[in-house]
Amino acid sequence: MIGSGILKGLAETARNFFGSYVSKDRLTTIQYPEERVAQIEATRDFPFLVYDGPDWHDGMRCVACQICEKECPPKCIFIEKSKDKKPDAVGKPQAYPAVFNIDISVCMSCQICVEVCPFDAIKMDVKYDLSTDDRFGGLLLDKKQLSKSNQYYNAIHPTEAAAVDAHFAEERAKAEAKAKAEAKARAAAPVTPTPILAQPVGGEAK
Amino acid sequence: MTLPLDQIFVLSKHWLLSFVPPIAQPLASAILSVVPVLIAFPLLFAITTLLERKGLGRIQNRYGPNRTGPWGLLQPIADGVKSLTKEDIVPLTADHAVHFLAPIFLVAAAFLGYAVLPIGRNMVISNLNAGVLYFFAVGSMVELSVFMAGWSSRSKYSLLGAMRAIAQMISYEVPLVLASVVVIMQAGSLSTVSIVEKQAGYTGIWPHWFVFTPWGIVGFALFMIAATAESNRSPFDLPEGESEIIAGYYIEYSGFKFALFFLGEYLGMFATSGMAITLFLGGWSAPFSFLTWIPSYVWFFAKLLALIFGFIWIRGTLPRLRMDQLMNLAWEFVLPTALLNMLVAGVWHFMPGGPIRWLVCIAIVAIPCTFLTRRLKRKKKFEVRTYSFAE
Repeated sequence: MIGSGILKGLAETARNFFGSYVSKDRLTTIQYPEERVAQIEATRDFPFLVYDGPDWHDGMRCVACQICEKECPPKCIFIEKSKDKKPDAVGKPQAYPAVFNIDISVCMSCQICVEVCPFDAIKMDVKYDLSTDDRFGGLLLDKKQLSKSNQYYNAIHPTEAAAVDAHFAEERAKAEAKAKAEAKARAAAPVTPTPILAQPVGGEAK
Repeated sequence: MTLPLDQIFVLSKHWLLSFVPPIAQPLASAILSVVPVLIAFPLLFAITTLLERKGLGRIQNRYGPNRTGPWGLLQPIADGVKSLTKEDIVPLTADHAVHFLAPIFLVAAAFLGYAVLPIGRNMVISNLNAGVLYFFAVGSMVELSVFMAGWSSRSKYSLLGAMRAIAQMISYEVPLVLASVVVIMQAGSLSTVSIVEKQAGYTGIWPHWFVFTPWGIVGFALFMIAATAESNRSPFDLPEGESEIIAGYYIEYSGFKFALFFLGEYLGMFATSGMAITLFLGGWSAPFSFLTWIPSYVWFFAKLLALIFGFIWIRGTLPRLRMDQLMNLAWEFVLPTALLNMLVAGVWHFMPGGPIRWLVCIAIVAIPCTFLTRRLKRKKKFEVRTYSFAE
């Protein structure tokens, strides 16, 4: 019969109309500022700098090697190396970035900086509502704005962060063992100039 | 039976008129009748835009507007402010005067139809003895403003949109009028007020609405199909066609002129719905004899909102027709059925009452209709076209 398809369609839309008032599951809309979709673990948008311990400056993992700056395809990272040195995540004295800026209006979230970082210092963040009314200053993030704690990193990417932490623990144990061995060797033969010998070995161990 | 609440608007008008000197009374009376209509129906338009967006949202399992005010109730105000503050762009080569006049003309033409709509008992701006005729005559003025808009924009898209719109409106004007002829035949009057009065009686609790007769229900269905096409609403919204010709004849309009086109379209829809109510659904009369204590204008607007809901429901359900389907439906199905329906109305008038009359009347319209629909449904063979002049 002609019109039976129309009636079927009308029944379907009526079911949607009343059903959307009865069951919340039908409504696929997320009321954005109040509700948010749960993010998957691999979510990423813009990079941030990880620091260990309580102080963001002292605990900064970044050693200003500038690999990420060179690798960044849209050239949104700007780094200035410091003149002095401070201990890095493993405890070795290293340079640190005097200036570390990322222009997230230029960043394309490719994650290449994260891939190339030998110190696990730069990682991808999950914060996405970064809109601002100042499109030049507000989107140019400096060192302080970029620094986020290791706890935060553990919270947003638990699996990845656990692997990084395990790696650091191993490195620290190795460094400690070596320091102990050196101390013992120094106690046994105090005349040997150990610091000169130890330096290349330490460099190899990263 | 005239309750004071039912006649409150009529009585207050007469009370206000008593303060006016006799010489100015005809003018004051006209103003007092027209102004409430000019306020009530644009207000209904504002409410309908919200209801439509909410309803379509729910039909598509969305929320619809819910950010402006509680439950998005202030959305029409936000829309109004938005369209008022938008830049009004007129194409450089457009015919400025006609371009400016077209939306105004459309709204004016849409408003003129309300002059003969009985909104309540004794509530009609003018009881013309050729009211139905006047309504359709004024309704066809809309086509003129559509063509003004399409032509004056000096854009091929506008012009094509206007051509499509006018082709559609003229095609459906014929069945629209023919569908309402049955009522005129039965009521024996062209006056909308007397048509409503003919339907105001009751048998037991059941009303004497024309829709409860075989020719009435068929006429009502045909009238609503034609009214949907006439007001360019989905599934007959080819002239607007957001997805293919963006907005058809008013593509070159922006800001408040665009809003005026919207207003005109909705006012036209309300007017034809109001005419459907007047002709088939008993105008302002209550659906049951025990509900007559509710004021007549409440019933009119309740019926109007019910029809609007029907329009929204249809819009949320059906996809847009193709141009050839639209024309085939008009000329191959709606028009012959409307003509048959006139025959049914004549048979109904001359046959004695009873179930046999019902059977005969239904048979007259149903049997040819099955053949007509079969003709509509037949598989058309599509072949590769050869364009002899495009080689």
